Amino acid sequence: MLQVNNLSCERANRELFRNLSFEVSRGVALRIHGLNGSGKTTLLRILAGLYQEFEGDVDWGEEHYPLYIGHRRGLKALMSARENLFWSAAINGQKTKLSEVDEALRQVSMGGYVDIACGSMSEGQCGRVSLARLFLLHNPVWILDEPFNAIDSTGVQCLVERINKHLSSGGILVLSSHVEVPLTNLQELELRY
Amino acid sequence: MRIILLTVKRDLLLYFRKPGDIFNPLAFSLLVISLFPLGVGPSADILGEISAGIIWVAALLTTLFSIDLMFKEDYEDGTLEQMILGREPLLLVVYGKIIAQWLVGGLVITLLSPLLGMMFYVNTDGILATVLALMLATPTMTLIGSIGAALTLGLNKGGVLIAILILPLYLPVLILGVAMIDTATAGDNYAGHVLWLAAILAISIGFAPLATEQGIRISLSE
Repeated sequence: MLQVNNLSCERANRELFRNLSFEVSRGVALRIHGLNGSGKTTLLRILAGLYQEFEGDVDWGEEHYPLYIGHRRGLKALMSARENLFWSAAINGQKTKLSEVDEALRQVSMGGYVDIACGSMSEGQCGRVSLARLFLLHNPVWILDEPFNAIDSTGVQCLVERINKHLSSGGILVLSSHVEVPLTNLQELELRY
Repeated sequence: MRIILLTVKRDLLLYFRKPGDIFNPLAFSLLVISLFPLGVGPSADILGEISAGIIWVAALLTTLFSIDLMFKEDYEDGTLEQMILGREPLLLVVYGKIIAQWLVGGLVITLLSPLLGMMFYVNTDGILATVLALMLATPTMTLIGSIGAALTLGLNKGGVLIAILILPLYLPVLILGVAMIDTATAGDNYAGHVLWLAAILAISIGFAPLATEQGIRISLSE
């Protein structure tokens, strides 16, 4: 369970949010939306533990080690889709078989691209490879920054199904998105300045 | 331990797929060195006198040029974020990255140093000492350099700043190393220099990665 108390953050002398408090319990998704520059990415990075310049409390309980997928997709251009995912699992302390990696890539319809270097893929394909992590890693907490960007409609559908499955098994999701997402158990948070 | 090996393997793979990152600094340093006999003239006396210093400056330059890229790409493509957030300790990943960096940089220049020594009329004792000294000093250079690389991550003009930050820290290693080669060339006992270089290396192995780890966290928090 995620508890946020009196969170305030300032960037470049502009206040992004002040005294923000909210809770996300297991099985619930929180969608953060707001205008460009309203602090969505900063808030997600604070929640992930990547950005420290804030005041207030962020308490994940026992669920640290979130799976964070940000604007930078975390893929090496010179490594194949398979190598990239295998590395992601390893750095996450997970021992993975190559067959599991291939299966995760099949789930996001990238089964035919396992040996292709991510540098020679399209933007949307890279997005899919990076989202294949959701099928491979076992983190109970997901933090996704604009996961629907550059992904086609079948990809969105596949992702929504995966998220709903994650929520029904007691996972937590915090995401930012400009579009409405058809998720069960959705909470909304709007950032305005 | 597994994550150290995996990181070394991953980084070596990336270096081999993009050899320019490693080869260009090395080629530049070798070219600079080979200009000295042409510029100063082929007199064995003069070349022998300046050889140790030149070889060391070459080793320093190679380290400096390649260390700049150590974390940069991982930072830009977001894999560094994963390293911070993953369950495996960032410190071990940092060790792995330093080892890989040394294998393709410091180790290569160490192995090439006998060739450079011959170019400068260094005698057999001197060449042996050069190899030994570089073997002990290049890991220290990579370790200390990684701190600079981590601290200058988010900055655009990182390269120059790294040089200003870490070159002063290289001075003890440089002074000891050059003195060691000169002592050996003169035929004297250089055990003391070896012990000092080894001691500096041991301290660097213990502490530099800790500083590097913190540096990465600070840079990523921008």
